[in-house]
Formats: sequence, structure tokens, C-alpha cells
Amino acid sequence: MVERTPVFNILCYLILTLGLAVALLPFAIVLIAATHDLKAVNTVPLPLVPGTHFWENMSAAWTRAHLGSKLLHSLIFATSVAAGKVALSSMAAYSIVYFRFPGRILIFWLIFVTLMLPLEVRIVPTYSIAANALQPFQTLLDVSGLTWLADTVFGLRIRLEWGLLNSYTGLILPLVATATGTFLYRQFYLTVPDELAEAAKVDGAGSFRFFLDMLLPLSRANMIALFTIMFVWSWNQYLWPLLITTDPEFGIAVTELKTLIPSEFGLPDWNVAMAGTLAIMSPPLLLVILMQRWFVRGLISTEK
Amino acid sequence: MEKRVTFSTTAIGLLFAAPMLLLIFVFFYWPSAQALYWAFTLEQPWGGGNRWVGFSNFRQLLEDPIYWQSVTRSFVFGISSTAISMGMALILALLTDRELAGHRLYRSVFIWPYAIAAPALGLAFRFILAPEAGLLSVINRVWPDLWNPALDGKDAMIAVIIAFSWKYIGYNFIFFLSALQGIPRALIEAAAIDGAGPMRRIRDIQLPLLTPTLFFLLIINITESFQDSFGIVDVMTQGGPARATELMVYKIYFDGFKGLDYSGAAAQSILLMLLVILLTIFQFRFIERRVHYK
Repeated sequence: MVERTPVFNILCYLILTLGLAVALLPFAIVLIAATHDLKAVNTVPLPLVPGTHFWENMSAAWTRAHLGSKLLHSLIFATSVAAGKVALSSMAAYSIVYFRFPGRILIFWLIFVTLMLPLEVRIVPTYSIAANALQPFQTLLDVSGLTWLADTVFGLRIRLEWGLLNSYTGLILPLVATATGTFLYRQFYLTVPDELAEAAKVDGAGSFRFFLDMLLPLSRANMIALFTIMFVWSWNQYLWPLLITTDPEFGIAVTELKTLIPSEFGLPDWNVAMAGTLAIMSPPLLLVILMQRWFVRGLISTEK
Repeated sequence: MEKRVTFSTTAIGLLFAAPMLLLIFVFFYWPSAQALYWAFTLEQPWGGGNRWVGFSNFRQLLEDPIYWQSVTRSFVFGISSTAISMGMALILALLTDRELAGHRLYRSVFIWPYAIAAPALGLAFRFILAPEAGLLSVINRVWPDLWNPALDGKDAMIAVIIAFSWKYIGYNFIFFLSALQGIPRALIEAAAIDGAGPMRRIRDIQLPLLTPTLFFLLIINITESFQDSFGIVDVMTQGGPARATELMVYKIYFDGFKGLDYSGAAAQSILLMLLVILLTIFQFRFIERRVHYK
């Protein structure tokens, strides 16, 4: 720093260390509690050194919460949401930034309004679509009289049905349908020099070629940042998966946490609960630790 | 900002936007419109379609003291957790920005809590704050029955606020630190040469330059507290004891999916959507008007 302030520095260290302790304490307690047996975990005060029962607790949690299959479901779910986000938002932003056509401004606003209302806020209406994702089109056909027309003229009954309950599509698609990544991509495209598009055009590249061979490779950093942040975000989703996965066989790890809560009148086996918590919270945590630079960058540029 | 070089093929342009537009039509616009429809109608108990009831769902809701309690609670929850997490994050970011030895370690560890799923940290804090085991149980050893989130509504509210604030310290920290690092070093150094100490520089240079970030985070934190609190509440208290932690989104979930009162839940959703939209517009207005120092 610019000047010598030894006393103030010591104060800073004290506060920062305190902050470090507050940030790390819950992790430490989860970790310590996961290594003790039933008796030790319920002693007051909690022992502060790890015990030796970690693998027992972990395997108990593993079977109780079906972690084998649920973690796999979570992995597929989070990866698909992140990949879908990257693909769709890079394309939508390309259309908004690089094309000139009537209605472009309208499309821009239609997409950005979705930023305002997160899924949790509009959970009731979104859930209504889960029973049949094609219902909007059915209603449109009904109202416009096309159903009636097809029925009377061709003898064709139009019934569009596509249930989303207990399916990956149902889990994934509604979470992809927001503008978060589109904004990030738009900002990035705007920084790409015009000369590049010009050169590509002069060399005879069409819009597809320019997108695939120039923009996408250039946006690699963007892609990684968006992917990281979306993976963490979707791994941690709770309310939507809770509603859409009614079949206990299907379902993801985070909603499984509820089965780990010790019941009020049963065994207070917090050691197993904490081992399960540890297993479920680790993947996004590891990703954030490993990809910190990308994560921070993605977070700051998606929100702003 | 506009691009000078563009493609003008309408069909291909639309083709690139089509998948996103299709998804938001099916999963955003249609459901939102339908919620509006539901909010103004009442489903007949024995089928026969929905009956138009005008504002009666809203009137019923607004006259219901239980609904107003959930609104008050949401604001108590939102404002206190925002104050705690933003305050602590600001202090930590200001100190980390001084780049004392080890600031890289602080910088990465403070972010970790944000990676944890709300229900997972809910479960962790349920254990940490449990009255009979865990960390805070020591209090009950000394003063019996002082702390019990399972029975005392106030304790339960404190517990969910602590859990939520802990997660969002990391989030706010990232934004504060990045804003602080955007302040030109020359400004700080010039002030130091003029004899301003660290506290003076914080008060007169860094805090004023942080106001846009402060406002931005304030709105984001309050809207996040409406939505991300669901997992924490569901795992820690399930809205209890005696509705003491029943926040707005939890009440919508409970009325709509457990109580099967779709019209009531849709009306609540509409009100919450309006509230969030208002907050967001407020934020946009403020950010547009913010002062640029560069």
C-alpha cells in the first residue's frame, strides 16, 4: 500500500481473519460432524477434532439419499442447462447484434424482459405448463379456429400433448428460458472489432461461417465463464426440481437433502446428514475453487 | 452501441433467435399471461371451466391478515439479511482491497459460500444452530431454553437470516471488490500524499465511488431474498413454527401446491411479480442516472 500504517494493518488482519473464520466455520463443522459417530456428534459442545467414522457416515448417506443415481442426474441436468444456455444465448445475441431486420428491437426487449422475473417468482404459472408444454400452441389453434377447420375439412383431430413431469426436458428447458447469458454474449459481441466482420464478408464468408469460424472461437473465454456460472446455478436449483420430479426414482441430489433431515422423534443422526450435505455441496464448490477466475468474471458480467 | 457491419438476411437472423424466442414464449410469456387469467378467475369446484371474478381474488388476498404477515416477514427477512451480508461484505472488500499479504487467500475463500446450494446450507445451519446439538447448543447449556428455533418463531427467523446472509456475503464481496479495483490507484495515492489516512480515503473516495454498486446490490439482494430463500426455509423450518418464517414464495408454494388454491396462488404470484418488476425498474432508473467519474 501507499503508506506505513502498522497499527491499522494489524486491525485489518484481525478483521479479515475473523471474516475468514466466519466464512470457513460452517464448512469446518459440516466436515467435522461428518466424521463422528452418533454419540459424538450429539455431545455438547461439539468435538472440534475430526473423528474416524467418515466412510461409514458417507456410505449411510449414500444409500439413504440414493446419491449414486441422484448425483448422476444432477450432473446431467446441470451440464445440459449450462450447455443449452451457452448455445441458445450465443445464437440469440448474434441475431440481435449482427442482423438488421424489422422487429429486431422488439425481439431484443422480449428477451430482456425475462431477466426481470426469476423462475421462483412465477413458479405457479410455469408449473401449469409442465403438464403439457404444447398447450400454448393447442390453445392458439383452438382460438384461431384451425382445430375446427382441420376437424371438419380433413376429419383430423389435433391434440398436441407433451408432458414434462419427471423428464429431463421438463427439468432443463424452463431453466434455459431466460436472458442471463444473452446479455453476456451481447456485451462481448459489441466489443468485437467491426473490421473482423468486414474482412470475413470481403472474403466471402456468410453469416453462418462467420458465426462458427470466427465468433465462437473468439468467445471461448466467455463460454467458459457462462458455463461455470450456469452449472453452479443449475446444480443448486431447488424449487423447480422439487415440483417437476414427482417420481422418487427420478430427481436430483439437491432435492434429496430433505430425506437426510433427522426426524424429530427418530435418531438425531446429524453425522449422516452432514456427510450427505458434504457430498451434495461439493461439486459446485470444487468447480468454483478450480475455475474461480472464470466464475467471478461470469458473475460480474452477467449481472451488470 | 450499434454494429457498422451487419448481415441483412431477415430469415437467417430470425433463425438464430428462434430457439430462444420459442422457449421464452412457452415457458415465460404464456405462463405469465395464464397467471393473469387465473388471478382474475375462479376455478369451479366441479369442473365447467373458470368463472370470471374480477378483482375478488386480489381483494380477498389484500384483506387477509395472514398474507400481509407474510409480506411483512419477507421484508424483515430481506432487509435484515441484506444489511448483514452487504455490511460485512463491504468491510471485507475494503480491507482485502488494501492488498495486504495474503489477500489472494481472502479473496478466494470469501467467495466459497456462494457456491453452496441454499437447501444444503440450510441443512448445515439447521445442525449448527440446533438447540440440542451442534454449535449454538452451548448457549442452552448455560441458559436453558434460551435458544430454540424449532419452537420460538423469533429464533427461527434469526436462524434463516443468518443462513441466508452467510451465503450472500460471498456474492456481495465479489461485486464490491471488483468495483473497488476499478477505482484508479492514482486517486488513492494522490489522497495519501495529501495526507488522507486509510479511513479518510474510505469515507471520501471509495464509498462515494461505490454508490452505484451499493444501489445495484441492494436491489439484487432484496429480490434474491424473495427467491433464493425458499430452499433455506423449506429445509430449516418449513415456514414454521406457526408460520413465523412463512415468506412470500413459500406461501405461494404452500397455498398453490399443498393447498391446491391455484387462483389464490396465482394472485399472490402476480403481486410478487409486480413487486419485483417495480424494484427492477427502480434499479434501472437509478443506474441510468448514476454519476460517471471517469
